[in-house]
Amino acid sequence: MSMLESIRSVMRRDEVFEFLVPDTPPDLDLTHGIILYLEGINVSFDGFKAINDLNLYIDDGELRCIIGPNGAGKTTMMDIITGKTRADSGSAWFGQHINLLKMDEPEIAAAGIGRKFQKPTVFEHHPVIENLELAMGGDKGVWTTLTARLNGEQRDRIDEILTIIGLQEQHNKQAGSLSHGQKQWLEIGMLLIQNPKLLLVDEPAAGMTHQEMERTAELLTSLAGNHTVIVVEHDMDFVRSIAKKVSVLHQGSVLAEGTMDDIQNDQRVIEVYLGS
Amino acid sequence: MYSIQKSPCSTGPLFITLLGILFFFLAGFCHAEERSEQFKEGISLLFQKDFKEKEKGIKNIAVSGDKRAKSILQALLAGKLYRVKKNNTLVYAKIKNSEADIIAVLSGETLGSVKKRKLKKISINNTLRNTIKDALAIINLTNPDPKLRKEAVNKLTVNLTPESSILLAELLLTEQDRDVREALTTAMGIADLRSPDSEVRLLAVNGFEGNLQPAVRNELSRLSAEEENTAVRNKVESVLSSIEMKTSFYRFVETLFFGLSLGSVLVLAAIGLSITFGVIGVINMAHGELIMLGAYTTYVIQQLLPDSIGTALFLSIPAAFVVSGLTGIVIERSVIRFLYGRPLETLLATFGISLVLQQAVRSIFSPLNRSVASPAWMSGSIQINPILSLTTNRIVILIFSLLVFAGLYLILKKSSIGLQVRAVSQNRKMARVMGIRAARVDALTFGLGSGIAGIAGVALSQLTNVGPNLGQAYIIDSFMVIVFGGVGNLWGTLISGLSLGVANKFLEPWVGAVLAKILILVFIILFIQRRPQGLFPQKGRAAG
Amino acid sequence: MILLKLLKSDRSGTFMLALLLLTTLVVPICNLLLPESSSLHISTYTMTLLGKYLCYALLAVAVDLVWGYLGILSLGHGAFFALGGYAMGMYLMRQIGSRGTYGHPVLPDFMVFLNWQELPWFWHGFNWFWFAMLMVVLVPGLLALVFGWLAFRSRVTGVYLSIMTQALTYALLLAFFRNEMGFGGNNGLTDFKDILGFSLQSDHTRAGLFIASATALGLGYLSCLYITRSRLGRVCTAIRDQEDRTRFTGYRVEHFKLWIFTFSAMLAGIAGALYVPQAGIINPGEFAPLASIEIVIWVAVGGRATLYGAVAGALMVNYAKSYLTAAMPDAWLFALGGLFVLVTLLLPRGVTGLLRKKEVTR
Repeated sequence: MSMLESIRSVMRRDEVFEFLVPDTPPDLDLTHGIILYLEGINVSFDGFKAINDLNLYIDDGELRCIIGPNGAGKTTMMDIITGKTRADSGSAWFGQHINLLKMDEPEIAAAGIGRKFQKPTVFEHHPVIENLELAMGGDKGVWTTLTARLNGEQRDRIDEILTIIGLQEQHNKQAGSLSHGQKQWLEIGMLLIQNPKLLLVDEPAAGMTHQEMERTAELLTSLAGNHTVIVVEHDMDFVRSIAKKVSVLHQGSVLAEGTMDDIQNDQRVIEVYLGS
Repeated sequence: MYSIQKSPCSTGPLFITLLGILFFFLAGFCHAEERSEQFKEGISLLFQKDFKEKEKGIKNIAVSGDKRAKSILQALLAGKLYRVKKNNTLVYAKIKNSEADIIAVLSGETLGSVKKRKLKKISINNTLRNTIKDALAIINLTNPDPKLRKEAVNKLTVNLTPESSILLAELLLTEQDRDVREALTTAMGIADLRSPDSEVRLLAVNGFEGNLQPAVRNELSRLSAEEENTAVRNKVESVLSSIEMKTSFYRFVETLFFGLSLGSVLVLAAIGLSITFGVIGVINMAHGELIMLGAYTTYVIQQLLPDSIGTALFLSIPAAFVVSGLTGIVIERSVIRFLYGRPLETLLATFGISLVLQQAVRSIFSPLNRSVASPAWMSGSIQINPILSLTTNRIVILIFSLLVFAGLYLILKKSSIGLQVRAVSQNRKMARVMGIRAARVDALTFGLGSGIAGIAGVALSQLTNVGPNLGQAYIIDSFMVIVFGGVGNLWGTLISGLSLGVANKFLEPWVGAVLAKILILVFIILFIQRRPQGLFPQKGRAAG
Repeated sequence: MILLKLLKSDRSGTFMLALLLLTTLVVPICNLLLPESSSLHISTYTMTLLGKYLCYALLAVAVDLVWGYLGILSLGHGAFFALGGYAMGMYLMRQIGSRGTYGHPVLPDFMVFLNWQELPWFWHGFNWFWFAMLMVVLVPGLLALVFGWLAFRSRVTGVYLSIMTQALTYALLLAFFRNEMGFGGNNGLTDFKDILGFSLQSDHTRAGLFIASATALGLGYLSCLYITRSRLGRVCTAIRDQEDRTRFTGYRVEHFKLWIFTFSAMLAGIAGALYVPQAGIINPGEFAPLASIEIVIWVAVGGRATLYGAVAGALMVNYAKSYLTAAMPDAWLFALGGLFVLVTLLLPRGVTGLLRKKEVTR
């Protein structure tokens, strides 16, 4: 009897079992105009609180700069958003429906969050064009990559990105032989080609010449609007040149938020950071 | 076997004669003629083919009280007793290839060497073997050494017969030694268990509360099945269960001891590896061979000082430390230093070194295993009770490894070189900026870790034979200890080494030694799923 | 079409494959058709030896695929090789039938010796060739899948992973030494009589096995070449060089590692299966950690991350081994150990790396 029932319930065609539902994240929902919610996040390493009740909201299409002294938790925050580090408590939502804390790195990348590391990390043994090919969106399963070939549309897309990052002439060069600044741009290009909604950029200006820095600032500001960009940076001149809104991180939580001018006049910020 | 059930007619009357004669013997009345007659008859019976006749002969020899009886029976048991085919002389023979040196049994004179085929061995079977053992026990009952007397009593207790119990009761009257008296009392108790009087049986059962002699346990379990008196049977069962509990407790303690002993060896082997791991960030695959070098150092020093094994062993500890430590420094300076930052290549290169070291030892010392002697104070065991005995060499090594651990701990925590070592293994670049000469610290640390490996080799030489493959077996085990305990953590290494050793020994009776080892491997693989950093991870976010 | 494109991208490899094809044709002809008196005659012994080398070369290609292109230093590939070999050995044992020493119609000799009454369950089916061949790839593949799933999922990498693979083969070594395992214990499986009805003693069968080994090497080489030249191959090298970056780019690194590792294990299994009928024996010694680590040194000597380098390395080192173990048995381990040190210190790109450098400077 009960057996028959359970067989019947399995055979019902109007119901889809939860385990049969493909495990794809829902589409990004930006109805409230906010792309990233971080609420009450805590992370500690062996008793050291790296992130302490962090609350941060990022609007869709904005370019936000995050500054803060060493150990303020900037990189850890990036790690949490991209799934590298697990938060002890709190919540992190990407749009209205995507819970970042339940996903791992490739899932988060597929959902539309790209990350640039502090040190430029490109695939040094591959030519520039292959770097972009590897980073390109689409199915990244084992079997599809075995047979994947570039089609015309994808080639056009790669050319487009090469133009944006200004590496058309170097497209067949090994990425390892590029200059430091060029590597940074290539990495940004690799993020762009994935068409991410949100870009996390960790210290893009570090180690750049003045000209390279200007070029990078230009690149980042041009991205804002179509993409949301979060930049973590130490170089105040650079931040001033690109930022509309700045958040100051201190001891794992947001100390102040506002325009660069507001921040520079904020007494607490001066105490912990600018003044010292 | 002297058991009533099996051969009542042959042993019973004989034992009565035996008793009578022993009585006289003990009292000092010796009918010399009669005794020597019996002895001679016994000897001639040994030549018979029939094992039953031989058995009679053995008993005759045993009860004759002749001074030669003991050595004859021992030789018979060891298969060294022969008969010269030509003239039926009984001889002791030492066989060398096809020749044999023979000594006449009766006259004791040396007869020189003869061809082996001129001799015929006096053969025995298993039944006879037991008969001989019992006969030897009876002879030993009057031995001046109390230890042998006690052994003899215990031996007779296992197959106690009414006759032998009377004999033992007599002995109890005159025996002075406390241990022997205890053994005799136990035997008397067992005899009482067979008494027809239920009161006597109950009393005897009461007396056995917590007694761990195997004979007592066997007798009680027999009684629990056969006893008809309810009061006695209940008592037997309660005493038996208390004995069972005590037995399983001591079994547990014994397994724990074996586990800790294995664990202490693992700790010794792993702790040096843990230190070198901290320096190069890679398992030194030649670590096992550094252990082997330590063991061979012990062997060589013992060859140089064959007369003073104890001194040689003590000398070996610093010597092995120096030999393995210097080898380690040479390896670090000549190979590993060029490979910093390339862990997989370091792994391969050190593996290559391990092959070279193995082959070098094989070429110098021969591929055969060498045995290293233990000093007298390390052999033997401490008998805590009939079930639990702890072998001395394992205890010594357990203590030794704890001492090495403590010493190392002090060096790393309290000395300035220890501080530098910790600094370099945590952050090489930073340490260099702080003015630490990282290259020198690398070499010294590597030497220290390798030296500890040498010391581990000294300890191992006391447990197993020394061979070129000695170290190989330890590299994977040591790695498991380090992974389980957490890299770069001394306490972790200690605790994980000991617990892996104990786990191994507790699994062994269940699933066998090989499967236990495999299970531990699987466990570690699963363990690092949950905690990739080991039990005691290094603190700080650099580790993550 | 695809083949031509592939071969164009790997000119040294093409040269090597051509050489392989030539050998495949010439060696059996010289063995079977030329009379023994001819100076060009190749003895069956030499042909079998070459056949074994070809199996080793396939094994080296399998190891190079995971080490050279994916950065996983496997010190346990000998286990997959041996498992494939055991699967083949079990088939060959069943083929003996009642011709064993004890003449039992079903049970192999060692089981009769152990007083076993019936065939253990895992021996069933091995009397069919197709089943045994399926097991040759399935058993190593499944082991690699399970082990890899556990290891890669928890992101065990680098040295840790290497030693775990060594522990894996060590555990199997211990297990296969046990008589109760049912694989012949210490002595392994041997005294094979015939394969698919052809006697293993005949020159024709030997020639057939030689050709099969060469074909397997060729096909294995081409499939690895196809993988490394595809985008999959580029993802693999990306994982090797920048694992984190690859992950943040959206690739499931674990899956890539897992499938390549499994594929490589299957190749190793095939190499083992072809090796066993030519060697005439399979025993637990193949599981020894040293055997696995020797494979790595073939690849290192030849030059990792070049497939033809792996083949060349396997042939060179094994030729040296055959020569040295016969001429100076003591010297072999010294030479092997020295090779480990010298190659890692002085020739990180192997012998083919030297040649390539010359090409560039020219």
